[in-house]
Amino acid sequence: MSSNLRILVACKRVVDYAVKIRVNAAGSAVETANVKHSMNPFDEIGTEQAIQIKEALAKNKGNADVVVVSCGPAKAQETLRTALAMGADRAIHVESDEELQPLAVAKLLKAVVEKEKPDIVILGKQAIDDDSNQTGQMLAGLLNWPQATFASKVELAEKAMTVTREIDGGVETIKTPLPAILTTDLRLNVPRYASLPNIMKAKKKPLAKLTVAELGVDVKPRLETLKVAEPPKRQGGKLVESVDDLVDKLKNEAKVL
Amino acid sequence: MSSPSRQRVIALYKQLSYLGREYPAGADYFHKKLKSAFLKNKDLSDPVEIQKRIDLGDYVCKEIEAMYHINKYRAMKKRYYEETQVENIQSKLENTNWADGTVKR
Repeated sequence: MSSNLRILVACKRVVDYAVKIRVNAAGSAVETANVKHSMNPFDEIGTEQAIQIKEALAKNKGNADVVVVSCGPAKAQETLRTALAMGADRAIHVESDEELQPLAVAKLLKAVVEKEKPDIVILGKQAIDDDSNQTGQMLAGLLNWPQATFASKVELAEKAMTVTREIDGGVETIKTPLPAILTTDLRLNVPRYASLPNIMKAKKKPLAKLTVAELGVDVKPRLETLKVAEPPKRQGGKLVESVDDLVDKLKNEAKVL
Repeated sequence: MSSPSRQRVIALYKQLSYLGREYPAGADYFHKKLKSAFLKNKDLSDPVEIQKRIDLGDYVCKEIEAMYHINKYRAMKKRYYEETQVENIQSKLENTNWADGTVKR
């Protein structure tokens, strides 16, 4: 196994999974003001995987440099600090207050990859806010790298990795040379909880700031959101008095008979 | 409180207090319970007994972390995997040969 690897992990700050999602008054987006945010759960799994690779290499006197990167507003740094507290070595924050669509993020990540030259790029398979499931695939396309998506098991070898993927109705095992893109599925691992002392230590770890302009990427949105609406509310059940009543309701209200 | 375990107990209290911020029943509820649990043992002087309580605290930390993980995992699974699972069960039911209990693929 090559003794020195560099692993780039992409993290997104999203509305926390436990928060009830509300649509804003204008019906144009999900309400994000004064709502608890946390790291995208699939990115947490990605970070954990990178740290596990690092720990496995450390046992064989190797080393892995785990770099976490996040694109977004200044608050994305909280997410990066969480990843650093979990055990990442350093962080890169690409600052942008504009809306970043998957293609824009993929382009930004491509620029970061060209700077950092990692052996593996790990991303969550999708973010739980927009559920796009595109960034990893687009990044692989832009870089012309092999991709192993929806990974549920990863084994590293010399300049290659064997990945078990979750596909419809089963699993698929593929072998890919490095460098490669890896996107994580839910069953890959159990992310660790950052302990309080580690959170304190993470504040001293290096966090580099980049801007979109420095990377020279066009992040103009290509897609326009027309409308965001909540799913229809479930209607309550009704009690019926008799069989005749039931038949009548099925005929005239439910219109199934 | 004897001085050697003092640091350890304070660190444990901080860690638990930090973990409690995301407690499903509310951070206030958790904090009240946490405080009373620690106050109850404030007069302990036997080092063995103190160590036992610290170990219990560490165990509770692990349990809470595991609970948070399970909650998150379940929420994700419910959101992203339920439909396929229902399909899986349905296709298994359809493909099962009930006479000899074998499943054909």
